[in-house]
Amino acid sequence: METPFTTRLPADAAYAVRVRIVSLLGPTVTAAGLVWAILQPWRVTLLHPRGQGFWWLLIEPPLLVAAAGVVFALVVARPLLADLEEHRAAAR
Amino acid sequence: MQPPAEMVHWLFGVGILFVGLCLLCEAVVGREVWQRRRWRKYLWPGLAFTLGLLLWPVMAFFTNSAIHMYAHGSWAEVLMLAGGAELGLVHGRLRSPLWRLTWPLAFVVTGTAFVVHEQNPWLFARSAFLHHLVGWTFIVGASIPLLLAWRPRSAALQASFALVIVAVSVMLFADRDVAPIFGHLSPLAGAPHR
Repeated sequence: METPFTTRLPADAAYAVRVRIVSLLGPTVTAAGLVWAILQPWRVTLLHPRGQGFWWLLIEPPLLVAAAGVVFALVVARPLLADLEEHRAAAR
Repeated sequence: MQPPAEMVHWLFGVGILFVGLCLLCEAVVGREVWQRRRWRKYLWPGLAFTLGLLLWPVMAFFTNSAIHMYAHGSWAEVLMLAGGAELGLVHGRLRSPLWRLTWPLAFVVTGTAFVVHEQNPWLFARSAFLHHLVGWTFIVGASIPLLLAWRPRSAALQASFALVIVAVSVMLFADRDVAPIFGHLSPLAGAPHR
């Protein structure tokens, strides 16, 4: 016997998992960058700039990771979540 | 005014991380949803092509040895080829799925170049270790895009492809010009910067 409930539930669960993964990717990467900066503050040369050259002051790897996460969340993940929702609505 | 080599690795790490995240999202939501917006379907192939393009200045300015130039030049070529082929496929200009074989080719060439152009042993310094590790990751990981050429809709293979790319970006971020690896640092490597 097949009911609408039993056939829709796995699809809903899969949709929820997809939404969760896409929405968590950017914040996870940002958090990883920030945790890295906290664990290894000497990697952020801006915190102790004396005697450092141009490139060491410009390129801060933990902040690059955090920035990549923010840009990804805003530019890619957010519109993708909207499209995922639209796709799901159209499929219903 | 040239940045240290480790910084170039970090900058490429950002680009590769972004490509990996895009690939992971595409694997999660499926190609149909991913390609709902026109710009998005060109995003990661375009980024891959651009990274290949940016490897040319690296080849031109980081001329430590001839083998470095050959390695960077060959990466530039295969990354532009694979990125360009993917752009052609998503645009519809290229139709044969065999073009996807450019990715395993790019992985094998990149991995081989990484392993060959690192002339020091694994535990010489962290950069040597990571060059060997990245090289072998690419060589072994080439099996994934190879399988993807035959099973392009497999979400598991797409996710694995993405995770290999993300892992490579983590390795690039871990790179230092002179730093110990597991407590080993050859006295020939020089003094660590910090």
